[in-house]
Amino acid sequence: MAEEIKVIVFGLAHEEYGIEVDKVRTIERMMPITRVPKTLAFIKGVINLRGVVLPVIDLRGRFGLPESDATDSSRIIIVAVNDLEVGFIVDSANDVIDINTDSIELPPEVVGGIKAKYLRGVAKIGGSRLLIMLNLSEVLNKNEIIQLEEQEV
Amino acid sequence: MDMNAYLSMFIDESKDHLQALNENLLKLEGAPEDIGIVQVIFRSAHTLKGMSATMGFEDLASLTHEMENVLDLVRNNKLKMDHFIFDTLFKGLDALESMVQDIIGGGTGKAEVTPIVASLQAIVKGDYTNKAAASEAAAFGSSIEGAGLDDFQSSIMLQSIDAGLSVYHVVVTVREDCILKAARAYMVFDFLERSGEIVTSAPSVQEIEQEKFDRSFTVFTIAGISEEELRQGIESVSEIEAAVITKLDRESLLQLGGSAAQGASVASASPLAAQAEVNAAQSQTAAASALAPAPVPAAPAQAAGGSVTRTIRVDIKRLDALMNLFSELLIDRVRLEQLAAEIRRNDLTETVEHMTRVSGDLQNIVLKLRMVPIESVFNRFPRMVRDLAKTLDKKVELIISGADTELDRTVIDEIGDPLVHLLRNSLDHGIEPSASRVAAGKPETGTVHLRAFHSGNHVFIEVEEDGSGINREKVKQIAIKNGVVTADEAKRLTDSEINMLIFEPGFSTADKISDISGRGVGLDVVKSKIASIGGNVSVESKEGKGTKFSIQLPLTLSIISAMLVKLGTEKYAIPLSSIVETGIIPREQIRKIHGNRMIDYRGSLIPLISLSQVLEANSFLEEEEQETEIVVIRKGDKTGALTVDEFIGQSEIVLKSLGAYLTNIEAISGATILGDGQVALIVDPNALIK
Repeated sequence: MAEEIKVIVFGLAHEEYGIEVDKVRTIERMMPITRVPKTLAFIKGVINLRGVVLPVIDLRGRFGLPESDATDSSRIIIVAVNDLEVGFIVDSANDVIDINTDSIELPPEVVGGIKAKYLRGVAKIGGSRLLIMLNLSEVLNKNEIIQLEEQEV
Repeated sequence: MDMNAYLSMFIDESKDHLQALNENLLKLEGAPEDIGIVQVIFRSAHTLKGMSATMGFEDLASLTHEMENVLDLVRNNKLKMDHFIFDTLFKGLDALESMVQDIIGGGTGKAEVTPIVASLQAIVKGDYTNKAAASEAAAFGSSIEGAGLDDFQSSIMLQSIDAGLSVYHVVVTVREDCILKAARAYMVFDFLERSGEIVTSAPSVQEIEQEKFDRSFTVFTIAGISEEELRQGIESVSEIEAAVITKLDRESLLQLGGSAAQGASVASASPLAAQAEVNAAQSQTAAASALAPAPVPAAPAQAAGGSVTRTIRVDIKRLDALMNLFSELLIDRVRLEQLAAEIRRNDLTETVEHMTRVSGDLQNIVLKLRMVPIESVFNRFPRMVRDLAKTLDKKVELIISGADTELDRTVIDEIGDPLVHLLRNSLDHGIEPSASRVAAGKPETGTVHLRAFHSGNHVFIEVEEDGSGINREKVKQIAIKNGVVTADEAKRLTDSEINMLIFEPGFSTADKISDISGRGVGLDVVKSKIASIGGNVSVESKEGKGTKFSIQLPLTLSIISAMLVKLGTEKYAIPLSSIVETGIIPREQIRKIHGNRMIDYRGSLIPLISLSQVLEANSFLEEEEQETEIVVIRKGDKTGALTVDEFIGQSEIVLKSLGAYLTNIEAISGATILGDGQVALIVDPNALIK
């Protein structure tokens, strides 16, 4: 079934990623983040988003990419999956595009060093542009985080 | 008609009615002669029946109907309540409750109730254990059929005659070619109701409305108008052929009742029944006066119902939304206060102060809106204790006080199960069997007190019984056996520490495992559940005298007073409820004992806990300080001192959760938003004192 979907495009470590627009609540500029102790390194803390306290994850850290300092173009993308609401820190958020679901191909084993299970697929747009579609429920999988915590202890 | 819109209303109301039924039946069990209570029960049952029938829950309606039949006999003094009837009615209630639960769960409310219905019908027919009652009930049953008049109705009519009103016996015949019999009959009834009061009719009103009558029907009515006016009124309805009106006086009414009784006694072969019959007929005059007060107790009950404070049902989600909006306002208020303090303009400061006062009042109201009397939890316990005592074959009296104590809705929702556990525990392990109580020189009936009361910013709930008390030696042995403590540790434990051992996971002192408690899951679950809503549980016990469990709960879970502190660049909030005091101590007063830092606090040594270490706050270097700010916190009877960088001050904070993604963060119980819009984490002092 070919279907047009709207996708938010954001940049992370020189690659372009996509999240379906209906999963994104808002995109915010960087704001003060309150550190939460005794959590994994990639959980940067919590923010006050108009009266609601939300956790913020550094997506670079989540994917095991080298972390970098926030720049002017850094953004926090607030996503909502199931009952979880979380902010992702990304290098930039720049575009909303339509893509055809047919153009999403299954992810190759390794893309930019990120484990394939976090990916829904890779979409080819235009000639040479590749868009990595995220599998949000895997990215926010709490069981995996619990496992990670156990490894750390 | 779409019934879904009414379903939630139906569920709420049927819950209320079931609760009322339960309560009143218990009350009635204590005073079986009080017909006033039966009237109240009957009304509840009747309403419930009506509602369920309207909603199409036939099983619910029919079971209620059978119960109503029994109650009807009772309230008309034709049946004496006894244990069998109480038990059957309670069973019926249980079945009703499970049906309603099924409906709440999206089911159809169907359930297998044949045995209960059968025993209810047996009660109505009178052919259960009690022979005398059986013949009595049978006798009255037939007298009802005989004349369509029971003695309650005739007593009403006798009273009306005595009061100078006219009572008529009206036979209305509709024309043979009448098409809308029911409609015409309705018009007649309408007229009769306008001109007086209909006592009864044959066939019944329902049957007439369903056109289940041939051409004529009979009505007994009390009217304030003359016979002629009555006839004209009825015959003015079209398609009515004739109305035969007989004015009844005392004698003719008694005759009607008497002939019915005679007719019935012919039908009944039992001499005993016949005897009852004659008695009944003779005593009808007496019954009239005896029954006269019956409607009177009902009247004050209704009046009381009218004066009850008027309420509306509000979806809890709306209250939550209101609460959220209010907390936004609170954050802005704090921000405004800060700004006003910076700008220092008189008129601005005054306005902000006024706003502070108003929002303080508003806060009180908003919090009160969410407050529910703990009654809603307590009211299921009398029944539970009754059943439990029966199962355990113990005699127990439950005394509830302070049921009007109010608690936040969220706390109320959570506190029910722990209290059930504690009560079960008290009945099973605490109260001894009657024989051993008598042997110990105690009253045969054990007493369980359930109390709730306010104290400061907390609500206390106590469960106290006068049972055997905690056997500390046994507790120690079991704790050692189950590996909760080592033998060495056990020797050093104080009495109260031994008592607290029963809250440890995997602990159970019951010699044999029973259904009620003693599976070793219970008290530890109670403890953790209460801790999860910010409360605390403790136990006091005197061997041979009894045990008291006491639960301390926060008044509310949404807005609390807290002390704001700084650790370097980070800000944290510590709930005021667990702070004993704050102070500053010089570095040299900190002592090291066995590697732990301790301070001398009012004559005792208490541990010093570095908050920045616990929270990994690296921007605050404690070692560089010459004087340390401390916050002394308390958990139960243990105290500890937290070292902090700087005090900011006391503030009302709004509790926010960290969201579903971040759960179980050690030593952090939530977050709040400060006046400057930043998020501050709330420290959980209970997690810091082990």
